[in-house]
Amino acid sequence: MLHIKCPHCGMRSQNEFSYGGDATVKRPELNKEVSDQDWNNFVYNRKSLRGKHLELWQHLSGCRQWIKVERDTATHEIFRTFKANEDNS
Amino acid sequence: MDQNFRLSDGGLINRDKKLSFKFNSKTYYGYEGDTLASALIANGVHLIGRSFKYHRPRGFFGAGVDEPYAIVQLYRNGETEPNIKATEQELFEGLEATSVNCWPSVNFDIGAINNFLKIFLPAGFYYKTFMWPKSFWYKVYEPFIRRAAGLGVASTKHDKERYEHKYEYCDLLIAGSGPSGLASAYAAAKNGARVILAEDKSRFGGTLLTSDVNIGNQTGKEWAEGIISELKEMPNVTVKNRSQVFGYYDHNMLVMSERISDHLPKTKKFHPKQRLWYIRAKEVLISSGSIERPIVFGNNDTPGVMLSSAAKEYLKVYGVLVGRNPLIFTNNDSGYETAIEFKKNGIDPIILDTRKDPQSEIVEEAKNLGINIKFSYVVVAAQGYKKVKSADIAKISNNKEQLGSVENIKCDCICVSGFWTPTIHLASQSGNKTKFNEDIDAFVPGTSKQNETTLGAANGSYTLDRTLKSSFETAYELSKKITNNDNKVSLPNIVEKKSTTHDKFWCVPLPKGKNYKRFLDFQNDVAVSDVEIALKEGYRSIEHVKRYTTLGMATDQGKTSNLNGLQLVSNIENKIVPNVGHTTFRPPYTPVSIGAIVGREVGKHSKPTRKSPMHTWHEKNNAIFVDAGVWLRPRYYKQGNENLFEGSKREAKNVRTNVGVCDVTTLGKIDIKGPDAAELLNRVYTNAWLKLPVGKARYGVMLREDGIVMDDGTTTRISENHYHMTTTTAQAANVLSHLEYYLQLVWPELNVNVVSTTEQWAGAAIAGPKSRDLLQKLFPKSDVSNEGLPFMGYIEGDLFGVKARIFRISFSGELAYEVNVESDNGNFMWEKIMEVGQEFKIEPYGTEALSTLRIEMGHVAGSELDGRTISYDNSLEGLLSKKKDFIGKRSLTREAFIAEDRQKVVGVVPLDKKTSIPEGSHLVKDSNAPLPNPKLGYISASCWSVEYDNPFSLAILKDGKNMIGEKLFVMSPLKNKVIPVEIVSSHYVDPKGERVRS
Repeated sequence: MLHIKCPHCGMRSQNEFSYGGDATVKRPELNKEVSDQDWNNFVYNRKSLRGKHLELWQHLSGCRQWIKVERDTATHEIFRTFKANEDNS
Repeated sequence: MDQNFRLSDGGLINRDKKLSFKFNSKTYYGYEGDTLASALIANGVHLIGRSFKYHRPRGFFGAGVDEPYAIVQLYRNGETEPNIKATEQELFEGLEATSVNCWPSVNFDIGAINNFLKIFLPAGFYYKTFMWPKSFWYKVYEPFIRRAAGLGVASTKHDKERYEHKYEYCDLLIAGSGPSGLASAYAAAKNGARVILAEDKSRFGGTLLTSDVNIGNQTGKEWAEGIISELKEMPNVTVKNRSQVFGYYDHNMLVMSERISDHLPKTKKFHPKQRLWYIRAKEVLISSGSIERPIVFGNNDTPGVMLSSAAKEYLKVYGVLVGRNPLIFTNNDSGYETAIEFKKNGIDPIILDTRKDPQSEIVEEAKNLGINIKFSYVVVAAQGYKKVKSADIAKISNNKEQLGSVENIKCDCICVSGFWTPTIHLASQSGNKTKFNEDIDAFVPGTSKQNETTLGAANGSYTLDRTLKSSFETAYELSKKITNNDNKVSLPNIVEKKSTTHDKFWCVPLPKGKNYKRFLDFQNDVAVSDVEIALKEGYRSIEHVKRYTTLGMATDQGKTSNLNGLQLVSNIENKIVPNVGHTTFRPPYTPVSIGAIVGREVGKHSKPTRKSPMHTWHEKNNAIFVDAGVWLRPRYYKQGNENLFEGSKREAKNVRTNVGVCDVTTLGKIDIKGPDAAELLNRVYTNAWLKLPVGKARYGVMLREDGIVMDDGTTTRISENHYHMTTTTAQAANVLSHLEYYLQLVWPELNVNVVSTTEQWAGAAIAGPKSRDLLQKLFPKSDVSNEGLPFMGYIEGDLFGVKARIFRISFSGELAYEVNVESDNGNFMWEKIMEVGQEFKIEPYGTEALSTLRIEMGHVAGSELDGRTISYDNSLEGLLSKKKDFIGKRSLTREAFIAEDRQKVVGVVPLDKKTSIPEGSHLVKDSNAPLPNPKLGYISASCWSVEYDNPFSLAILKDGKNMIGEKLFVMSPLKNKVIPVEIVSSHYVDPKGERVRS
């Protein structure tokens, strides 16, 4: 079971969280023309990375905040975690 | 013959407390502090079961967790449990156990015929035999295998015991309380670290309890007791016996099972039977020790052949002799320690040492005691069927390949020592890259992946001096790093006997003309010949050999067999062991009961059942309940002998003619507040929300980004910046997460807060032509007329002193209202509605009537909004705003979604107006068409229309828009039904929706 540092609550066990997928995906803006390709990429296309992956988790059984987690998908090492609005560069 | 093999004194058992127990229905006696194994051996019982494959007699091989085959079925307090190691089960008064894997009895076992058929049961026999003819599988082969294989029978009864889970954090978790565990726990604890020390056995101390050493002028046992009692007093230390750390997982989480009550005749009141600990440790010290490995020789599975360390443990801990005429077969000094213990207790052992001329203190001591030692000698084969009666022994050449002439000597047990294998299971599970240590012929932990360090014998360090030194040092350094304290305890003075190197001999060659079975894996009946066959057949990878032969599998996980198996493979393959590599060690290290893993997550859905505040009322009024997710909802309220069909029909009819009340508490409710609340709703729902006035409700549909309908419900504007959203029961949690996702990540600029209020409100739907009259009586001060509270209107009211929210919304299609009060007042509301409703002939209705009402009205619900349909499919396309953007809108232009013949919801009526239509049936054009018959659609929901008194269904049908009036067939191969039907509008009753507005 992973040990995830919620930037709001501190170190918590994985079973308090739910997984939310790739955190680098940006939703196209509302009321703007979006090409089929761009929309397709937003809705469906995800990379299945081996290695460092920035992903979303929601602290469901805690503060209910969505957070960003930088995790190695092969080793499960967690490098850093960020608040939703925090710069992750 | 009461405990004939018990010494008159000695051991750590409590001789003042005699316990009676039964094995295979026969009564025996033992003492408090015994294991089932030690008590049986004390009574001279060595035949305990039959082996897995060949049904050969099985006795005891070890004295603890290393035991591969002394597995019994245990009976305790009216319950039974399989897969219990007799060597681990502590004795209690009234214990009962039976042999497993034998029929009709352990002494006469029919399956033992397999032993004579063994040429037919070679490696991979599962894959080779039983293959032909195919029809034999179910009737002949499978029942035979099921009877023949298996190690016990699982109980089919509900387990009444309680199991708990516990989460714990610590600085250092120390697995094992032998010399290195005690030393490191002590050093770390003294330096202020939060320590958990776990010991699998009931007694702390590990090998200190049996070895002849001196620490700080105390015996090993006294030193261990002193350390433990001091640790127990320290507030920063948790000391747990009967606790096995069995799994090492990611991020330094380890799982430990604590057996709290298994050693007692009955679990104490309010105590759990077992507790599972999830431990997050900053650092883990693995001090799991080592397991003696056997030397392989002929018939080495005969009862009476056992590890020499086990024989010593039975002597020193339990005061029990495993035999009176012991033969010690060893390739190292450990066997001598056992021999010396026998000698001290007046028994004359014979030592066969594979070495030619070992020189050490221990060997010297054995010589001085006058023990008969034969150097360069081996056991060729054990003789005796149910118990060792003698041994064939022979001199072995210096190159260990030629045997001298075989002679037979009498003995009643053979204690084997083939040197020691570090227990590296936990380290390996943690991801540690293990390495091969040539000095000890075994794998030891190498590079760590997580924060773990292996100490002592588990790390291949077999001298007490080195073990204690490194343990004190490591624990001090680690604890200093964590606590920043600098309190170092000094190393005590250590006296131990020096030993010399072992002989790398592990397998006795077969004598000419003999074909003895030489077992490697005792639990899974894997012999040398099986591995040879596997390699001959081309299996090379050790992982493949393992699976083909079952070597090192199952609950044993290769504790005693692993290295000998690797030695064999490397010999045949002309490789060195490290190049063969070892198989993966999997958790659990030793079996853990399913109960402990499950913990309190038992019963329906393994979750607590949710009940509305009116649940007790429903129960008292004969409600028959149905699961709605984790909720229990009344399905119908049974009157007299009615069945579901009759009851729900009566209830639905009463809604259409008078008035009914339904518990709708389970609906998801979300409170939405903030100046941008309307904007959020406008983006989330497909229809327009910016102009909804205060005091009005609106129906909305929300999509996923892929265009599929996610959920529907009504949302009401309570005040300027305050909305009350409802969701379906099933989607409540998902919708909340969905809103939070967009508010926190996508549109953080929106100033809105959302919170679940599902449990804060109790809800009652009042539906039927007389509902307004009833409502007026419930809220005499409120104006509930069609003008005062029009369709989709909202007011607040006073229900006999209780504040209530009144929504004029309808799922049933009738004139209807939903009344919400705070949950605590739910039952009060319900009783008032029933009381006041009497004069309007009110009846409660359940989910079945609710379904009937919505189906015949053509209102879509979960069975249509099933995660595969879009708005158009559900005839909800009128709610798709053209003017604004919303979640999922862009996806609606997908080709399939705008196809001319896109599926759409329709109504289905059987032509005979009588035959009920099974849900899930397919719609086809021609019932006699050759298979596969093209499917046009499927029945999503069925009911008996109370309005027209005939069956009616909803279906999702291809080109549904143009199919009204068509005659099709409903086919249900499952129910073997073919029903001619007519396609009608999904709005079967009141298509213009006049009733809800009346």
